[in-house]
Amino acid sequence: MDKNKSIELKKSAEKMRTVMIEMGYRCGSSAHFGGGLSMVEILVALYGHVLNYRNDVPRWEDRDRFILSKGHGVLGFYAALYTFGLIGKKEIMSFQQNESEFIAHPIMDLDFGIESSNGSLGHGLSLGVGIAMAAKLKKKSFKTFVMLGDGECNEGSVWEAVMCASHHKLDNLIAIVDRNSMQNDGESIDIMNFSSIESVWRGFGWNVASIDGHDLDALVENLVPVKNTDKPTVIIANTVKGKGISFMENVASWHHGTLTQKTYDQAIEELE
Amino acid sequence: MDINSSKIKLWSKLGSRATYGQAMMSVAEEYADVLAMSADLGNSSGLKPFTRKFPDRFINVGIAEQNLIGVAAGLAKEGFIPYLTSFAPFLSMRASEQIRMELGYMQFNVKVVALGSGLAMGFLGNSHYGLEDIAVMRAIPNLTVVSPADCTEIFKVVEAAAKHEGPMYIRLTGGVNNPIVYEKDYEYKIGKAVKLREGDDIAIVCSGTMVYQSLQAAEILAESNIQAEVINMHTIKPLDIEKLEYIVNSGKPILSVEEHTVIGGLGSAIAEFLTSLSRHVPHKILGLEDKFGKTAKYEHLLKLHGLDENGIASSARSFLSNV
Repeated sequence: MDKNKSIELKKSAEKMRTVMIEMGYRCGSSAHFGGGLSMVEILVALYGHVLNYRNDVPRWEDRDRFILSKGHGVLGFYAALYTFGLIGKKEIMSFQQNESEFIAHPIMDLDFGIESSNGSLGHGLSLGVGIAMAAKLKKKSFKTFVMLGDGECNEGSVWEAVMCASHHKLDNLIAIVDRNSMQNDGESIDIMNFSSIESVWRGFGWNVASIDGHDLDALVENLVPVKNTDKPTVIIANTVKGKGISFMENVASWHHGTLTQKTYDQAIEELE
Repeated sequence: MDINSSKIKLWSKLGSRATYGQAMMSVAEEYADVLAMSADLGNSSGLKPFTRKFPDRFINVGIAEQNLIGVAAGLAKEGFIPYLTSFAPFLSMRASEQIRMELGYMQFNVKVVALGSGLAMGFLGNSHYGLEDIAVMRAIPNLTVVSPADCTEIFKVVEAAAKHEGPMYIRLTGGVNNPIVYEKDYEYKIGKAVKLREGDDIAIVCSGTMVYQSLQAAEILAESNIQAEVINMHTIKPLDIEKLEYIVNSGKPILSVEEHTVIGGLGSAIAEFLTSLSRHVPHKILGLEDKFGKTAKYEHLLKLHGLDENGIASSARSFLSNV
């Protein structure tokens, strides 16, 4: 990635974090900050460089598909859709307002680039497997990206899909695990220890890359299918939950928390 | 496809699952986007001829029903029309939350075909029986729930499902040598109940294998001058409320008959609708008791639970004597 692109992506990441804090504060209620902030660079790499899409024609048939399986990551997702021109200020401002379509988990709307409704964990990878199979059957070259949480990988249905993708040789499918090592109740190591996640995915027949999930160069380099392997690819993105806001980083209560005027001011000051 | 009496006889002999496989061959010929899927029950779904003829249009995801729903949803999202099979409880209950999210909430055009529902699995036991599937499936918004009366109707439903845009739960009941309700081809419409017999004294509203048993019961009742109207309510959701209103207006008591627990099935759906009317008629729900019962041959179970022709006739008589 050239230097100018790299600077541009970094700026997008900064903008996204500010948008997220604004959205989370303005909504006046609790929001999922931690797991949204951990995936900012992943989304910037995807929407700023990797994904093939047209924000003037969001339903473009040959677009790459992105499924947010960890549906609670919407703060990051909406901020990415906004930063890259798929949704507008109006949508951002309606976040978690009564009867809004922009709530704590995505509601499918292809005109806004939202491919699926999520919220219940362990669904997105199966959906992605089906989409990737459809692409093969229709001889289409688009790719399917599915973003999961590491906590989400506690769900058994994830592994049904992992097996299936490998068996059906879906080399057009790329899963990303946002491994922020925390989940609702605390640290994953205490809740459901999964330290060998790379070897498990590899054992199921996937190409595995384990990288720093905040390193844009590494993300851009690795978020591509591995050629000539007939295997799906997973990127284990090692991240920091709450990344970018000091008092949120690695603090379990910010999985779903509420910003006060004081903490909002502090967050904005840190981002400026 | 032309449906003639020799086909009707053959399907009846083959039973519900093999007929489903035949129907899939027919819809696959007509609709290029139709796919058959299963969770390692392809052969048990009568799909062997399908897999030979359309090897690229059969997708097996292994013994993983939750993934089956999700993968089917992904395929439907991209324009395919997947029909998928497994046994009734494994789809309707093990994967019910996938059905809720992917098919109810997102409304992907997937046809969930539940094999061997009701008591048809005989000695395989309660683990395999479809006792509560209608209750669970019809509670999910946007899902159409259908229970065909015989093998010919299975064929008609599979054909109609391809034309119908939206998710469906198709409940197959009965085994091989499935009794014939429809002797010849007829017009089938999702959501439109069919009056199969006229009668002024009682209306028997039923679905699945209970349609044949109810028709037989009506003949038994006729011997003692009780004339039963028999309605095939093949679509349990959306219910044909016009037909129910017509029965209520005629003042006939309603006996609903189903091979399903009395909690939450066809009878409950009818009762829910009846409460919205100002005029009332007596209604009795005949179905399976709220328990995991004994295991036996299918025909024996129908008799044991009072769901064979004699059991239904006897329930109708005692119901009428108390209204």
